[in-house]
Amino acid sequence: MPLNKPYGDIPGTTIFDADMARKGFHLNQFCMSLMKASNRDRFKENERAYIDEWPMTAEQKQAVLDRDYNKMIAQGGNIYFLAKIFSSDGLSFQYAASTMTGVSEDDYKKMMLEGGRAPAGNLYLKEHESG
Amino acid sequence: MAKISASVYTSHVPAIGAAIDNGKTSDDYWKPLFAGYDFSKQWAAKNTPDVILLVYNDHASAFDANLVPTFAIATGDEFQPADEGWGPRPVPPVKGHSALAAHIAQSVIQDDFDLTVVNTLDVDHGLTVPLSLMFGQPESWPCRVIPVAVNVVLFPPPSGSRCFDLGKALRRAVDSFDEDLDVQIWGTGGMSHQLQGPRAGLINSEFDNEFLDRLVDDAAALAQKPHIDYVRLAGSEGVELVMWLIARGAMDDSVSLKHRFYHVPASNTAVGHLILENESED
Repeated sequence: MPLNKPYGDIPGTTIFDADMARKGFHLNQFCMSLMKASNRDRFKENERAYIDEWPMTAEQKQAVLDRDYNKMIAQGGNIYFLAKIFSSDGLSFQYAASTMTGVSEDDYKKMMLEGGRAPAGNLYLKEHESG
Repeated sequence: MAKISASVYTSHVPAIGAAIDNGKTSDDYWKPLFAGYDFSKQWAAKNTPDVILLVYNDHASAFDANLVPTFAIATGDEFQPADEGWGPRPVPPVKGHSALAAHIAQSVIQDDFDLTVVNTLDVDHGLTVPLSLMFGQPESWPCRVIPVAVNVVLFPPPSGSRCFDLGKALRRAVDSFDEDLDVQIWGTGGMSHQLQGPRAGLINSEFDNEFLDRLVDDAAALAQKPHIDYVRLAGSEGVELVMWLIARGAMDDSVSLKHRFYHVPASNTAVGHLILENESED
């Protein structure tokens, strides 16, 4: 019997559950490796060669090279692990969040200062699409 | 005998730690947030306990994708600040209380909560930011701290009611420790925030304020709130709030509210903060 996953209809949201964790295991462990300065240096020197050491899918590797965080999340990446990539790049959480929401960092910061993204229209896929 | 006298609840946003460490607390952006903790620092100075049970979550720092304990208690003597990718925070090491932690582990497991026992544990912003908010920047932390780490990264985290009941088991464990110790329990994380995907930046102040209201005087019913309500209404990372229920479960049913604060934003997050004392303490 399939498990009850009532979170499939939250717009713009991927819940990092055990299935996603299984899919993203090597991607997330690659991210963890960037906690070590020596690994960060090797990654920066030759990104392609470094990620080829990890048994990730071609799609996962391409998403890392493209810094496409939404794609990484869709392929099992979790944001706390992916944070090691943008931290290695010297970029902030707000910058990364802005790339995932498709607005500039300044616009994203402004939205947060004005109280954040409002719940209205953002709770259910149905209202999201019609809104 | 040891006893739990009070509890503190606060968000643990990493950017708050960075603002403290880089001397930016008087900047226009941060000033209103830190003003909300002025009372708290005075309270903490007057009410410094012997030991804090600090409930927090690790953010892929000490635990990676290979090992995900739902509940873990740290029994070591000392815990180093974790290097989260930009060097460890310049804060003192955290001194544990291994005798009380070992007693709690044994008591709570016999009480049907199968804790993971950890000895060596680097503690990340989830644990050190609350200490900085309450104690400022001392050369060493003024009390012992027992880290209680909860998985809220890999879904599903433990349910609210399970967390609330764990708090009750922690209370029984502390109450049965022979040494006279003043113990506080802190619950950290939240409030509403979402750090990922096109919906990143979600904030729900109505949800958060209702949570603050009910944590004080309707906590047992609040603990029945299902996970879907947190992730849908308070953002995918808002589910961290279940950790506050552990601290609340360890308190008396009826508590006295000493301080309440709410502020948006700190980086991507709504910041909430409560100080509750057991009324039997007055």
